[in-house]
Amino acid sequence: MALVEVRNISKIYHLGGEEIRALDDVSLDIGSGEFISIIGPSGSGKSTLMHILGCLDTPTKGTITLDGTMIQDASQRQLAGIRNKKIGFVFQFFNLLPKLNVLQNVELPMIYGGQSSRERKERAMEALKMVELENRSKHRPSQLSGGQQQRVAIARSLVNDPRIILADEPTGNLDSHTGENILKLFRNLSEEGRTIILVTHDPEIAAVTPRKIEIRDGKVATKLDAKLAGLDRSISNGMGGH
Amino acid sequence: MDLWSAISVGLKEIWANKFRSLLTMLGIILGVASLVSMSALVAGMEKGAREALIAIGGLKKVRLEPQDVPVDQRHLKDQAVGITMKDVEALQHNAHSIEILSPEMRQYGAVVGAKGKTFSPFIVAGVWPVALEMGEHEIEHGRMFNEMDDDMARSVCVIGTETRNELFGSPEEAGREIIPIGEIITINNQAFTIIGMFKHYESEQDRKKRELENSKPKEARSGPTRSKGWRGGGQGNFVFWLKNATVFMPMNTMWIKFRSGSTSSSSSWGRSSSITYDAGDPRLSTLEVRLKDVENMDAALQQIRNILMITHKGIEDFAFRTQEEWSENINAFIKNARLSGGIIAAISLLVGGIGIMNIMLASISERVREVGIRKSVGATTLDIFVQILVESVVLAVLGGLVGLEVSFLLVKVLASISPTDNAPIITMGAMALAFGSSVGIGVLAGLFPAFKASRLSPLVALRYD
Ligand SMILES: Nc1ncnc2c1ncn2[C@@H]1O[C@H](COP(=O)(O)OP(=O)(O)O)[C@@H](O)[C@H]1O
Ligand SMILES: [Mg+2]
Repeated sequence: MALVEVRNISKIYHLGGEEIRALDDVSLDIGSGEFISIIGPSGSGKSTLMHILGCLDTPTKGTITLDGTMIQDASQRQLAGIRNKKIGFVFQFFNLLPKLNVLQNVELPMIYGGQSSRERKERAMEALKMVELENRSKHRPSQLSGGQQQRVAIARSLVNDPRIILADEPTGNLDSHTGENILKLFRNLSEEGRTIILVTHDPEIAAVTPRKIEIRDGKVATKLDAKLAGLDRSISNGMGGH
Repeated sequence: MDLWSAISVGLKEIWANKFRSLLTMLGIILGVASLVSMSALVAGMEKGAREALIAIGGLKKVRLEPQDVPVDQRHLKDQAVGITMKDVEALQHNAHSIEILSPEMRQYGAVVGAKGKTFSPFIVAGVWPVALEMGEHEIEHGRMFNEMDDDMARSVCVIGTETRNELFGSPEEAGREIIPIGEIITINNQAFTIIGMFKHYESEQDRKKRELENSKPKEARSGPTRSKGWRGGGQGNFVFWLKNATVFMPMNTMWIKFRSGSTSSSSSWGRSSSITYDAGDPRLSTLEVRLKDVENMDAALQQIRNILMITHKGIEDFAFRTQEEWSENINAFIKNARLSGGIIAAISLLVGGIGIMNIMLASISERVREVGIRKSVGATTLDIFVQILVESVVLAVLGGLVGLEVSFLLVKVLASISPTDNAPIITMGAMALAFGSSVGIGVLAGLFPAFKASRLSPLVALRYD
C-alpha cells in the first residue's frame, strides 16, 4: 500500500453562486521515500491539493488514506495529531512566529506533541544542525535572511520526524542562488529516505525531482508537458536545473 | 499539550508583547488597587469608631440619669428622690445582670487651679474607686484613691493629662514628662492633693504619630510655638480629649466638700455627723452600670427598671442611656461606606475585565497568522483555546499582583491626604477578595476571545499574507 492514496477527490468552493472546482476528481499514489513535485500554473489547485494532503483541509468528495489512516473520516482533533506527528510543512512565506526565537520556533511542533522540554531542546538543536543554523538558535526570525528563515522552517518541519514533508513554493520568496541551496537541502533529505512533496509553478524547480505530477485546472494532467520532459533530461547530468 | 506548557506558552506570548500586556493589565491593576484601598479606608474608619466606642466604655455600659418626672406623674414631683445611694444598694443586692456599678456625683462647671492658672475640666466628679474600671481608665502615675480615702473623705484627687497640661504645662512643650503627683490644686477654691494621674488617652494613630515625632531629634524651632486648635488634633479625637479632661475625687469627699447633690426631702443629713449614706440620700449625677453581657440587654434593663421603680416609689424620674444608638449609627455608616466602596471597586474591576476582553479580541485579528501557524504544526482547537485563556488568566493574575502592590502605594497616598485621623488598614480579606475577583474576571474575559481564536481555520490564517 502506498504511503498516500488519493482517490477521486474534488474540492469545490462556492463564490457568489458560482461553483469553483479547485480540485476535480484527482487520484494519485505516493510511495514512501518518493521525491515528487506537483507542478502547474498559478491557480491550478496545487495549494488546495497540498492542504488536503497535509490535513489542513478536507476534500468535498473522495477519499485519502495517509499512512493507513482514512483522513476524510478523522475528527478535527485527530487531524491536528496527524499534522503534528506525520506531516511537516514548509511554506512560501516561512511562517515562523516572529516573537519566538529560532530554537523556540523549531520546538513548536514538539510542544503540541507533548515531549519533555529537555527532549524538545535536544531535538530542536539536532534539526538546526541539519540545516546548519545551530549557532543562530537564540536569534529572532527577523534577524535572519530569507534563506536562513526557510531553513529554520525546514528544521521545524523535520523535528517531529514526519512521514511526509510538504513544501508549498518553498523557493518562491528567495533569490535563485538561495533557492538552489534550499533545493539541495531537500535533495539531501530525500537521499536520507524522506518522503518530500514539492509544490511549484516553476518547471526548473520541478526538474530536481525524479517524479512530477502536473495539475491543470484542478485535474491531474495525464500527459507531461514537453518542456518538463526536456528538463527531465538535463537533471540526469547533475544537480542544477537551468 | 499539558497545562504547564500552556502556561509557559502564555507567559512567552505575554512577555513577547510587553506593551500590549501592560495595557491589558491596567484595568485589573486599577480595579484591584481601588478595591483594596477602598476597603482599607473603610477598615480604618471602622477601627477608629470602635476605638472611640471602647474608650467610652463599650456597649455593655449603661448610664442611669435623672430625668424629669413624666407628665402623668407631675403631681408626685415633690416625692421624686432622684438617683441616690439607695438605688445603688438596691441594685447591688438585686440586679444580677449587673457586673459593675459605679455611682458618680458631678460638680458642673467646676474650676480647678494651680500656680495662678485655671482650667474647667470636662468632668469633675466624686466616684468610687471602681470608676477606674468602669470608665476604662488607667492610672499611669501615682495611685487611685481607695476605700479608706473615701471613708475618710480625704481631699485627694486623680487628674487626667489634659488638666495637667493646662495647669502644669504639657510634656510636648516642656520637652520632658511632667508628673504633678503630690502637688496641691484647688477645685472651686478647695485644696486637693493630686495622688494619681491617668495615662494619656489617644487613638492608636495619634500615639504612633507622637512616638515617631519623639524618636526624631528635636529641631530648633523658629518662630513662636502655636497650638493647632484642639490639643491632640482633629474631630475624631474629641472623645479622647474629653476623657483626658477628667478629675476624679472620692465620692464622700465630693459630698462633704461641695454638697453638690441636693438631699431628698426626707433627708436627715443635717442632723447627723457620721458619714454614711443612710443618714441622707445624696443625689447622684449619674449611675453607670456595666452589664454582664449585651445579648440580654433588654431583659437586664427591664429588671433594673423594676428594682428602681420600687426604690423610687413608682415615680419614673430616671432614664437609661446606652451606647446602642451611637453604635448603630457607626454600623450604618460603615455599611454605607462598605457598599459604596464595594460598588466603586466592582465597577473598576468590571471595566478592567472589559479592557482585557477588548484587547484580547483586538489582538486576535493580529494573531490570526499565529493561530494558523500553531495549528499547522499540530495545535488543536482546545490547545489554542487553553492558550488564550491561560494568557488572559496570567494577565489577570499578574495584574492582580501588581494591583496589590499599587494598592499599598495608593493607601499611603490616601492616608496622607485623607481628612480623617484613621489610618487605612489593608486587610487580608480585602486582598484575597480583590485578587480572587481579578482572576475570576480574567477567566470570564478570556473565554470569548479564546473561543473565537480557537475556531480560526488554519487555512484562512495561513493565507493572511
Ligand atoms: N477559500 C477559497 N475560496 C474560494 N476559492 C478558492 C479558495 N481557495 C482557493 N480557491 C480557488 O481555487 C483555485 C485553486 O487555488 P490554489 O490551490 O491556491 O492554486 P495554486 O496554489 O495552484 O495557485 C483558484 O482558482 C482559487 O481562486
Ligand atoms: Mg499556491
